[in-house]
Amino acid sequence: MIGSLESKTPDGPLPEKWRKHQNNSKLVAPNNRRRFEIIIVGTGLAGGSAAATLGEQGYNVKSFCYQDSARRAHSIAAQGGINAAKNYPNDGDSVYRLFYDTIKGGDFRSREANVYRLAEVANLIIDQCVEQGVPFAREYGGLLANRSFGGAQVSRTFYARGQTGQQLLLGAYQALSRQVAAGTVRMFPQTEMLDLVLVEGHAKGIITRNLVTGKIEAHAADAVVLASGGYGNVFYLSTNARGCNVTATYRAYKKGALFANPCYTQIHPTCIPVSGQHQSKLTLMSESLRNDGRVWVPKKEHDRRSPNEIPDSERDYYLERKYPSFGNLSPRDISSRAAKEVCDEGRGVGETGRGVYLDFKDAIGRLGENTIRERYGNLFDIYERITGEDAYEKPMRIYPAVHYTMGGLWVDYNLMSNLPGLHVIGEANFSDHGANRLGASALMQGLADGYFVLPYTLPNYLAGQIGKRPAADHPDFKKAEGEVRARIKHMLDIDGTRSVDSFHRELGLLLWDKCGMARNAAGLQEAIERIPRLRQEFWSPNGGVSVLGNGETFNQSLERAGRVADFLEFGELMCRDALARDESCGAHFREEHQTGEGEALRDDEKFADVFAWEYQGNGKSAEPILHREPLVFDSVHLAQRSYK
Amino acid sequence: MNFKLKIWRQPSAASKGELRRYEIEKISANTSFLEMLDILNEQLIKSGEEPVAFDSDCREGICGTCSLTINGEAHGPAHPAAACQLYMRQFKDGETITVEPFRVRSFPIIKDLVINRGALDRIVQAGGFISARTGSAPEANSTPIPKHNSDLAMEAAACIGCGACAAACPNASAMLFTSAKISHLALLPQGQAERSRRVLGMVRQMDAEGFGNCTNTYECEAVCPAEISASFIAKMNREYAIASLRDRLGE
Repeated sequence: MIGSLESKTPDGPLPEKWRKHQNNSKLVAPNNRRRFEIIIVGTGLAGGSAAATLGEQGYNVKSFCYQDSARRAHSIAAQGGINAAKNYPNDGDSVYRLFYDTIKGGDFRSREANVYRLAEVANLIIDQCVEQGVPFAREYGGLLANRSFGGAQVSRTFYARGQTGQQLLLGAYQALSRQVAAGTVRMFPQTEMLDLVLVEGHAKGIITRNLVTGKIEAHAADAVVLASGGYGNVFYLSTNARGCNVTATYRAYKKGALFANPCYTQIHPTCIPVSGQHQSKLTLMSESLRNDGRVWVPKKEHDRRSPNEIPDSERDYYLERKYPSFGNLSPRDISSRAAKEVCDEGRGVGETGRGVYLDFKDAIGRLGENTIRERYGNLFDIYERITGEDAYEKPMRIYPAVHYTMGGLWVDYNLMSNLPGLHVIGEANFSDHGANRLGASALMQGLADGYFVLPYTLPNYLAGQIGKRPAADHPDFKKAEGEVRARIKHMLDIDGTRSVDSFHRELGLLLWDKCGMARNAAGLQEAIERIPRLRQEFWSPNGGVSVLGNGETFNQSLERAGRVADFLEFGELMCRDALARDESCGAHFREEHQTGEGEALRDDEKFADVFAWEYQGNGKSAEPILHREPLVFDSVHLAQRSYK
Repeated sequence: MNFKLKIWRQPSAASKGELRRYEIEKISANTSFLEMLDILNEQLIKSGEEPVAFDSDCREGICGTCSLTINGEAHGPAHPAAACQLYMRQFKDGETITVEPFRVRSFPIIKDLVINRGALDRIVQAGGFISARTGSAPEANSTPIPKHNSDLAMEAAACIGCGACAAACPNASAMLFTSAKISHLALLPQGQAERSRRVLGMVRQMDAEGFGNCTNTYECEAVCPAEISASFIAKMNREYAIASLRDRLGE
């Protein structure tokens, strides 16, 4: 049982907290760093940058990823950009404004001090990335270019065509490669973490499976860092890569780490609509398109005319109508819900009626097709490849899709979980985005945590740990290893009849329906009843999952089965969290709590806090225990979020 | 749509492989190529045959994981696109489609269509970076970079590291991959200090991995999903010549 949750936020005025904390943090001397082994799981922006930086500082780092190369982590797919308050366009931006937009964007459900720190170090990230050779877009004068993004009224987003995530990740990957060559980082590609090992209550290692040889191994370390990304794939269809999973964080949760705010899942407004039942993933169209595209649906219900035949007077530019000051640049949660609403009214477009138009006709008229091609050419190409339609001629069809998860393992100001030694960074933690993330903030947080926060805060734990690393054959490792082996054997022995994907798809549809863009108590209760039944079916020899092949070779069904088994437990936790949070905030929209105009209605009296769940087992009698960390706002006033 | 498939099956690196025949029916034209393989795998699982192992992750052409040779072409017929961006509407109803892994000696087969491309990582480790210590960078706008150079660097940097260039090349050369990284970094002011070291190290590693040489067949450029220009290979050769000369002169 865990006592009260201490965020360890330093005292003092908001702008001075981080500097003060850095000055008061412990140090590990250079000659002692090589005595420490650090495990980092995940090589995306957070994990890659942390491994590179800690290696550079002289620690021994072991870096793990399930992909065949560190460069393929899913951060690579981020299109739009990365925020920083450089104020290069001279439009009045500042660290405070970036902080305020981010905390307001998160609907006042994140920690003030964490968000301020994020805004503060964002400028350093841009400097760092430029120095590494990240080819950000530039103006003709040679200076860096900026664009605006949803939820902001200034241009503060740095970008590299529609491939910003790729370029930032390659920067981190190259820095990581430099450390691999220097011998400070050892890479373990195609290696999946299957359990966390605690020794005397401290996180001191992990159990892994080599995906190529099937070998189960124990790795001991002085500290463990999880940078394993988000859990969006619990919905089956999402913009995440196929391999993205919750296993690393969920295994840590089962070992006692608290899972915070799992119901905060971001539904991105601009994705290509679903077209068939065998679709394996949804493709995002960068939000940057909303800078120049106008979103609309026909005013009439079930209007089947071709979009170019519908005159302006019969179109409803609903974002511009409902939110005149932010218009098409309204934040993601608001734009997504607005799209759902017009489609629910029967005004959706496309074959399925689940789609809205994103129209570039006016922008092409104003700026010319060439400018639009230069800005978004690759996105228009992607769109044409998938749908067979030319968006220069005919408006794009878009619909919201699961994209990012704000919830994650609970961490304190040092990014350490409630389990000593276990640190969690990037999308895998819960800390900075509250109930909704603004565009171009994910890349910022991943790199902030990895380059500029964790390397300063990790010594606060390590300083007391010299010489305390257990051997990898310690009984606690042997025990965890045995459990991992038994679970794999169990999965292979089920010998059922259904594929892993069929279970995953069924879970995804249920969650999308009951715990998607809009939720209500009855639906959530139903999901909480149904998920354990599906889980039971998965593990049952009659009609359960079929995993062919064996555990000692490369076996993709087995990898997926393990991940889906965790999703089948995690999905229930997500619904429990959504049910317990009896208010609407950000991306969490409870139908019972809305204003007369259908906007999210927060309840700051009762719910201005973080929900952090403690695992108690999977049985009916063993519901997770809810812990609450109150959020204290000293510097901002909790306003109702308005983008009108 | 219906298709006849010939798919490379090989249980492990050490075992022998063969092309095995399968048939698949009622596939919508809007199904992606990899989704078609997913559907085939569902059928195989039902019939108790182990599913076909193939690599994919982002399924939107950016992570570079997928690595299929389709009807003899790296990534299939829809250039410029990765195999995951290929849709069945590209094929004729009733067509026979042959699916193999990328065939490069330096990319050993792990299982079926899955290969090991660790060689590409090792080429980057041999110098494909700028040594910028975290936290030591100057203010980002203190060094303006002409837009033309920056755009050109971006074109080279767009490489997704899939290895199709080597798979398409009759010599199994990885020069398009290597030259793209060398050019990206050589075009930027930040990349100058390590410019010579980088090209010498990366080219040496490329050779040590067993990749072949370039004989200007341009197959690499034709299949590259990121449209990397083969002119970067010429740039790399110039960079290498200058760096070798300097090296010999002891500069």
